[in-house]
Amino acid sequence: MAGESESRTLSGPVISWPSVMVVFLLLAAASYGALIQAPEEATMGLVQRIFYFHVASAWTGFVAFIMVFIGSVAFLRTRALKWDWLSVASAEVGVAFFTIVLVTGPIWAKPVWGIWWTWDARLTSSFLLWVLFVSYLILRTLVDEPERRAMVSAVFGIFATLDIPLVYFSIWWFRTQHPQPVIGGGGSLDGRMWRVLMLCWLAMLGVMTLLIRVRYRLEAMRTEVDALRLEAARHVR
Amino acid sequence: MSFTHSTGTILAKELRTEFRSRELLGTTVVFVLIVIVLFSFTFNPTSSESRRFGPGLLWLAFLFAGSLMLQPSFLREQTNDTLAALRLAPIDPFSILAGKMAANFLFLLLVELILLPVFAVLYNIAILPVLGPLVLVLALGTVGLATTGTVFSAVAAQARLRELLLPLLLLPVLAPVLVASTEATAGILRDPSELSPVWLTFLTAFDIVFLTAAWLFGEYLLEE
Repeated sequence: MAGESESRTLSGPVISWPSVMVVFLLLAAASYGALIQAPEEATMGLVQRIFYFHVASAWTGFVAFIMVFIGSVAFLRTRALKWDWLSVASAEVGVAFFTIVLVTGPIWAKPVWGIWWTWDARLTSSFLLWVLFVSYLILRTLVDEPERRAMVSAVFGIFATLDIPLVYFSIWWFRTQHPQPVIGGGGSLDGRMWRVLMLCWLAMLGVMTLLIRVRYRLEAMRTEVDALRLEAARHVR
Repeated sequence: MSFTHSTGTILAKELRTEFRSRELLGTTVVFVLIVIVLFSFTFNPTSSESRRFGPGLLWLAFLFAGSLMLQPSFLREQTNDTLAALRLAPIDPFSILAGKMAANFLFLLLVELILLPVFAVLYNIAILPVLGPLVLVLALGTVGLATTGTVFSAVAAQARLRELLLPLLLLPVLAPVLVASTEATAGILRDPSELSPVWLTFLTAFDIVFLTAAWLFGEYLLEE
């Protein structure tokens, strides 16, 4: 499958430094915004500032998971392995961002709620989503042949992303029928806080794009190496 | 051969294979019995407690049973090398999947109907007055379980560690079914009994979403 057109995409630098610079500047601006410029929250104080990265990571994770869906459907339609590379890159990066969400959440919750974790709707569904895509990554490690791996993981990737809204709706309805813990239900956000949050999201999307790009190329190189190895073995014989 | 005809043929083949040995049904029933007994140690099964935890335990047991029972659906074809023969047949490839889904749906529903009275007796829950709505919820939940389970059985059959992999893939995806059918069952068993339209609609939506996905993408799994 790794034909000439695909090996040509491998030429050129692995990391494009201008884009790294842009993302770095975005991150610096976002950190300044979140840590210094944004007004301090009245009751929660300093710890609330983690919120900007927490929420921005969650949204970025969603974008990455949607890209798994796009890559999976496109692979099944076209059979071009590059779409599978996009899926695996996006899934790994999405899991990384949701790990950030699941770690920063309790750091914020402990001082504010007094507990690390509660089985609230949003927490439970984020946790489940993380498990869902970890399963996707585990499935990939258990199939060796690249074409087959791409095929089965594309089908599972599609089912997993279709499950996301169902998970959210079911747990939301389920938890709202029960006594709810103190979570900011329908609170309004200060205008400046909104702008900082958007800046953080933009920065995180930049990080996501860089990571997916690098991971995509890694997968492309792996495929190339496998193909070369196969060819070498044929010559030896 | 029309789609319904070929699906019916596959369904008949699945049923014939199972009823010649009956090993799958018998083993699964005993497995769920073991789970139900073990659950009784985790809390005090008085009738008020059972009403609170019972529906969840019941559905959890069915989900575990499904994730084990659907394993052979494609594995059997793989080990006997019969999937290639099925694929060669001049029929719509989705009908292979659909026939297996229908068979798995019937197997699971049968297991559930056998175990429902046992569960009711052991956990002291009156089910006879609410049997109609209960079977409706069972059927809707089982469609979702059979649909995703059959597709994932085909996925897992192509991987290593497949026995461990199927529950790993299936259970998180089925979490919405667990929530919806547990809540619906709890509503039915409550006094006064009520059939929640929200959860019924939700279960139907789940079934439609994944049946459509299986129809659109499932046949790729049958390729060599």
